[in-house]
Amino acid sequence: MNNEPLTIKYKPVIGLEVHVELKTKSKMFCGCSAYYFGEKPNTHTCPVCLGLPGALPVPNKKAIEWCIKIGLALNCKIANISKFDRKNYFYPDLAKGYQISQYDKPFATNGKVVIARSTTTKQSQTEKIAALTPFARNDSKVIRIIRVHMEEDTGKLIHQGDSTLIDFNRSGVPLVEIVTEPDFENAVQVKEYLQKLQQIVRYLDVSNADMEKGEMRLEPNISLKPVILASKASMTNDLPPYKVEVKNINSFRFVEDAINFEIQRQTEILDSGKTPLQETRGWDSVKKIAVSQRIKEEAMDYRYFPEPDIPPFQFDESYIAGINCDLPELPEEKKYRFTTIHALSEYDAEILTRDRETADYFEEALRASAGTSSINYQVSGKNIANYIINKKVDINKTLPAELVKIIIKSSQKPSIDKDKLEEIIKKVISENSKAVNDYKSGKIQVIGFLIGKVKQHFSTADTNQIRISLEKHLKS
Amino acid sequence: MDLNQLTIKEAQEGLRSKKFSSVELTKACLEQIKKLEKKVNAFVTVCENEALESAKKADEQLSNETIEQFNNYPLLGIPIAIKDNFSTKGIKTTASSKILGNYIPPYDATVVERLKNAGMVLIGKTNLDAWAHGSSTETSDFGATKNPWNTGFLPGGSSGGSAASIAGDETIGSIGSETAGSIRQPASWCGVVGLKPTYGRVSRYGLIAMVSSLDCPGPITKTVEDSAILLNVLAGIDNKDATTSPEKTEDYTKNLSQSIKGLKIGVSDDYFKGVDKEVIEKVQNALKIFEKLGATIKNIKLFDPQYSISVYTIIQRAEVSSNLARYDGIRYGLDRNNFGDEAKRRIMLGTYVLSAGYYDQYYNKALKVRTIIVNDFKNAFDQSAGGVDVIIGPTSPSTALSVGSSKNHPMFGEVADILVEPSTIAGLPGINVPCGFSKNGLPVGMQIIGNQFQESLILNVAHKYEQEAGFYKRKPIL
Repeated sequence: MNNEPLTIKYKPVIGLEVHVELKTKSKMFCGCSAYYFGEKPNTHTCPVCLGLPGALPVPNKKAIEWCIKIGLALNCKIANISKFDRKNYFYPDLAKGYQISQYDKPFATNGKVVIARSTTTKQSQTEKIAALTPFARNDSKVIRIIRVHMEEDTGKLIHQGDSTLIDFNRSGVPLVEIVTEPDFENAVQVKEYLQKLQQIVRYLDVSNADMEKGEMRLEPNISLKPVILASKASMTNDLPPYKVEVKNINSFRFVEDAINFEIQRQTEILDSGKTPLQETRGWDSVKKIAVSQRIKEEAMDYRYFPEPDIPPFQFDESYIAGINCDLPELPEEKKYRFTTIHALSEYDAEILTRDRETADYFEEALRASAGTSSINYQVSGKNIANYIINKKVDINKTLPAELVKIIIKSSQKPSIDKDKLEEIIKKVISENSKAVNDYKSGKIQVIGFLIGKVKQHFSTADTNQIRISLEKHLKS
Repeated sequence: MDLNQLTIKEAQEGLRSKKFSSVELTKACLEQIKKLEKKVNAFVTVCENEALESAKKADEQLSNETIEQFNNYPLLGIPIAIKDNFSTKGIKTTASSKILGNYIPPYDATVVERLKNAGMVLIGKTNLDAWAHGSSTETSDFGATKNPWNTGFLPGGSSGGSAASIAGDETIGSIGSETAGSIRQPASWCGVVGLKPTYGRVSRYGLIAMVSSLDCPGPITKTVEDSAILLNVLAGIDNKDATTSPEKTEDYTKNLSQSIKGLKIGVSDDYFKGVDKEVIEKVQNALKIFEKLGATIKNIKLFDPQYSISVYTIIQRAEVSSNLARYDGIRYGLDRNNFGDEAKRRIMLGTYVLSAGYYDQYYNKALKVRTIIVNDFKNAFDQSAGGVDVIIGPTSPSTALSVGSSKNHPMFGEVADILVEPSTIAGLPGINVPCGFSKNGLPVGMQIIGNQFQESLILNVAHKYEQEAGFYKRKPIL
């Protein structure tokens, strides 16, 4: 793909709608099990989620709490007064002819997620991530979250030959919709945001966010604005006069492909002097093209009105504060702590905090190591991190304390003959008087250089032992 | 007196003292149904076998029952008819629409469950205007119900089947539902008692929704005391209906006979505008009886009920359009072409008022006026500002209209129900009590409206009047 004309002439304007399915035990408005993946069709149903005449929804408190949790984790403002609304539309998988959703008073609004301002590839992105505080990165980009709201999932249509069957096991499963402003400039940013979002909901332990199981669904909307317009737009904030939504994307890789496909497709249309159509397209991951599904002349009229079956909510400050207190340490904060307090590299911290289990494992190992101090060997955070990352430790099989023992054992190099070591150290000190003087004048980091010199004489040396002896000589 | 003519209270006593069995009582009702149904058509489904089966079981239980245990089953062995928009497990529930003509629900409405737990014998499912859209029971897809007082006249609606089944002594007690007048107005036209409780007092779970924000189940009975007995069974919070109130319930029979000396009754002139002379006269006579009982009548100014028609119409049509969306032809047999004219009209108007650009102009504005009406009643009942205890007026502007009157009158219901709409919109409780008969022998009803959760008070006021006036003793000649 030739990126050149595109970067010069048009600026992509990309927004995202993400649906995350919560892993509550029961559904959003009834007591049925919310677990449906691979279950026999229509076994997790009742009058409520089947939308039978007369059945009424009763909201799941846990789901609401979790939705608010997501809102808080995304730095949103939580509404004091909120409510459910009916979104009226027809589709065979929609049991009641309307979906219970939220319209003008969602649980959470006005949040943000900070990602790297990346324009090229993943590799350069990782390199660019600076170690500073989470929000002080000078190359960071803020993605504004418009809203986080709660709704119910629909049933599932299964097409078999000429007939279509409906499975209502998924009907009424709690869904959280997270909508961003059109703040993304390219596919890489979208992918980073999505990975972050997935990581956050997993940290919160409110969703498995497994793309393949449909627990996390993405709908990017993409348009391009001419650069001349873009510069003006920085003042006027004008958006392009059209928007293309892409559905049916079930992996992060496909979202990148789909966005790049659309940017290319729309560029060609704009280059020919036309305006792309406002439409919904579906991603074909085999052909790698987005196929037109529905042309939207104007916005669908869902005839929203307040859900009369569910009284409005009033959340007092203490309720919201309580949920806030319950929030776990989020990946960004954890990473910051790992790099500062445990002196890990940005790269190591990034890998260890990818999921909460590994991060917790790392910290447990760290605690275990504090208890097992050996005379001339201390297991550092860096040691543990290296081990977990490079030796690909199975954290489900090896207990953190065991890991520490393994590290100690493997680090206990055959100890060096003391006399030999003394002799070499003396030699090195006399041969490197400048470094020695530097050390004595306070540049203690030069000890690394001296250790290296000593090490040249031993094939398998215990660095710690060398350091200790060397320090003794230097300080005397 | 035939067994089927008994009140719930009398049936309870007879069954307890073993004067008759539940099977005998049930059979008496079934016989009356057989005799009357061709003329009256109060039932969509008569549950003959099921009823006799539960009557037999009730009799077995009754033979072992002590008086104390009987208190746990206040309706043990007593036939109750239920409006056909309440979901009944294993028994066809149609809402009188052919779209649900063959729908057999797999679950019981909370109301039905509570009545069953109290020991009732479900005698049958009563007719209504299709989807409860109407005030005549003429728009049922399964034929009109006729007024037992004169089968050339309508029973009112939408709970016309329940009211007619009580007036015709086809059952001992019955259950209706009201959105705006659907209990009180047919009770008025059929000369029986109908109680519409406070919104949220009785669970809507399993009641096929018409206007979710207004629908309210309630009893239709031969006497006020019977309504109190049924309310005792029905009332209370339900974890299946998020709109039920945690407000505690009481024994609604306890205060029935309490003196009403010093009671302040509010009467508003606007509620007598355009009302039949005969109706006005009967209600005024009733007010005289109240004065005799020690109450004082106070003229009050209420928000003109005519505005309630617009508010009600908009809110109702909007919610109807959404509530009927599920009958899309995919799961309930017949497709949308089978909706009657009234349902189609309501779906179209409701869809329109909710459309983008019209929402604020109609629905949102209606909600605002609704708040004004709610506050209007609040002020009227504000005791600290010299407010009244109850408000009394005619239930319906007229006595029963003749068969065929609802045809070609799309707003028939709204106009017939003008006097019950304001209190409905405010979610207030109200009760219809017969207060006389017109020259042509049709019943006249008045309504007593109370503040929120004042069921006990309005039942007390209604009972005192009923016992003094004695119209409940009069029966139609069938």
